[in-house]
Amino acid sequence: MSARTTARSDTGGRAKSALLTGALLLPISVWYLLLLVVPLVMVAIFSFGRRAPNGGYVADFTLDNYARALGTIDPFLTSLSMAIGGTIGTLLVGLPLAYFMATRAGRWKGLLLLLLIIPFWTSFLIRTYSWLILLGQGGLAGFLADLTGGEFRILGTWSAVMVGLVYGYLPLMVFPIYVTLERMDRTLIEASKDLGAGRWASFRQVTLPIALPGLVTGSLLVFIPMMGEYVIPQILGYGRVFLMGNALYLDFVEFRNWPAGSAKAVMLIVIMLVAITFYLWFLNRGRRTREVSML
Amino acid sequence: MTAPTIPASGVREMPRPRVGPKVDRLGLLVEGYFRAHTVLVYAFLYLPILVVVLFSFNANRQATVWLGFSTAWYGEAFRDVFVQKALLNSFIVAIPNAILATTFGTMAALGLQRVGRKTRSSYDSLTYISVIVPEITIALATLIFFASSFDVVNPILSALQGDPAKPFKLGFGHSTIIAAHVLFNTSLVLLIVRARLSGMDRTLVEASYDLFATPWRTFRQITFPQLLPAIVAGFLLAFTFSFDDYLITTFNSGPASSTLPLWIFGQLRKTVTPETNAVATMVLAFTLGMLFVGQWVLRRQSRRGGQEASMASIITEER
Repeated sequence: MSARTTARSDTGGRAKSALLTGALLLPISVWYLLLLVVPLVMVAIFSFGRRAPNGGYVADFTLDNYARALGTIDPFLTSLSMAIGGTIGTLLVGLPLAYFMATRAGRWKGLLLLLLIIPFWTSFLIRTYSWLILLGQGGLAGFLADLTGGEFRILGTWSAVMVGLVYGYLPLMVFPIYVTLERMDRTLIEASKDLGAGRWASFRQVTLPIALPGLVTGSLLVFIPMMGEYVIPQILGYGRVFLMGNALYLDFVEFRNWPAGSAKAVMLIVIMLVAITFYLWFLNRGRRTREVSML
Repeated sequence: MTAPTIPASGVREMPRPRVGPKVDRLGLLVEGYFRAHTVLVYAFLYLPILVVVLFSFNANRQATVWLGFSTAWYGEAFRDVFVQKALLNSFIVAIPNAILATTFGTMAALGLQRVGRKTRSSYDSLTYISVIVPEITIALATLIFFASSFDVVNPILSALQGDPAKPFKLGFGHSTIIAAHVLFNTSLVLLIVRARLSGMDRTLVEASYDLFATPWRTFRQITFPQLLPAIVAGFLLAFTFSFDDYLITTFNSGPASSTLPLWIFGQLRKTVTPETNAVATMVLAFTLGMLFVGQWVLRRQSRRGGQEASMASIITEER
């Protein structure tokens, strides 16, 4: 009798507990389902449809959107090369910085880290448009024109966009590298020096392999958003440096050609999946590389 | 006993233990380079911010030529009805977004502790997807979702309403922007709160249960205070994201819901004016203020709780 009551209250408790779990997860489930899963599925379906006469989507099954997207592949290729270039750029600027912060900064470490986070959490748009002043005729371009005595333009070219990309995404590259280097066992460097390795050799054979997961994480974190960047090419490239982001904006907002835009969005997502697959493959390669932070 | 000579084929002669006061010139050069690089990068990071602030005080209408100090543009910005409207819209969007995202994200972090591995990993992958996909993907996907849903719902709504003169219709506006922002920000809060949760001392929770505290009481008196720094950080980051966001906002905004970033972007079509810089400076000051308030709250919390916490550590330690 008493055993039965215990059992009943136990199942009652379990049901209550399951109810609580469900309640806790309800809002996020609704949001993920309605605003992430369903919309992305819609993008996939729309990419095979046709544009309605006054914009929007008509159900159909055609590969025209993909054919046309591949026919005008230029924005895609420009995005790809700008994103790769931007990733290399942030890597070149970010690695020495992260290395300095992790190994040399001493008591300044906390301050430097905070100073890196502050720009990251202030308006991306404002920090980007400021380069209009810095690179414009009253800034660097004007200075170089005076110096060379000729016309000099930076804004509206790919170099302005590249500056904006490296500038905007630098912190995302530095954080993961810093975290891996910070956790590094410093005695390994000592050991390698004791074994006669020079500065470069111990960097290449000890530090770099240890920092590699951080480097790859950082590269993924900057490459993916760079592929879909819209604000930077629109402002600093005057929309003339035409990336995937610009094409998507035109398709969805200006032309209301959802199917054409969806096909391009699918291509963007595929590139992203390729990058993530490579990343996961890299992580699972060895046990050593497991403890990488994602953000 | 003499050390055996090792045939060092292929290994270049290394200078044996550097004894004496021989100066390591290369070493000094490398150290110097790291220092200079770091200083330059920080200059690179802050120069654009300084320029915007500086030129907001420029007396010249031509933003890039300095003609003396003036605060006139701030007055101009405050009197501008479009700026006022945009500022109001920014708050109307950012505050509910931060409240909802913080609540949902914290609830989810607690809920995901209570489910099996399979369920958790499927939620995890959705969380990572929402954080990592390019922002424009979220922007356009939510746009077509809302537009298509309205196309379905609005005819039904107008059929239900007898009065066709002024029918109630769903459309783009504050609520669509908020809903889209909450998606990204819930994931962000979830990641931050969960990082804190996993680093939490479980023994206190167990002690509380041993002392016959109810789950609610345990949460209120043990778990919640320990999570508070992460929740505060999450709230502030969600607010700042929403306050600064351009892309998701522009895709999902309606005719009367333009926020400040949209106003700024619109101004850039012409040229950078000191008024734009003045508005931008105020936005920067406000978001920085939020960050410092957050930092201060966390410091105070950590002094009380004896745990190290700062905005920096919360963001970088999260996995």
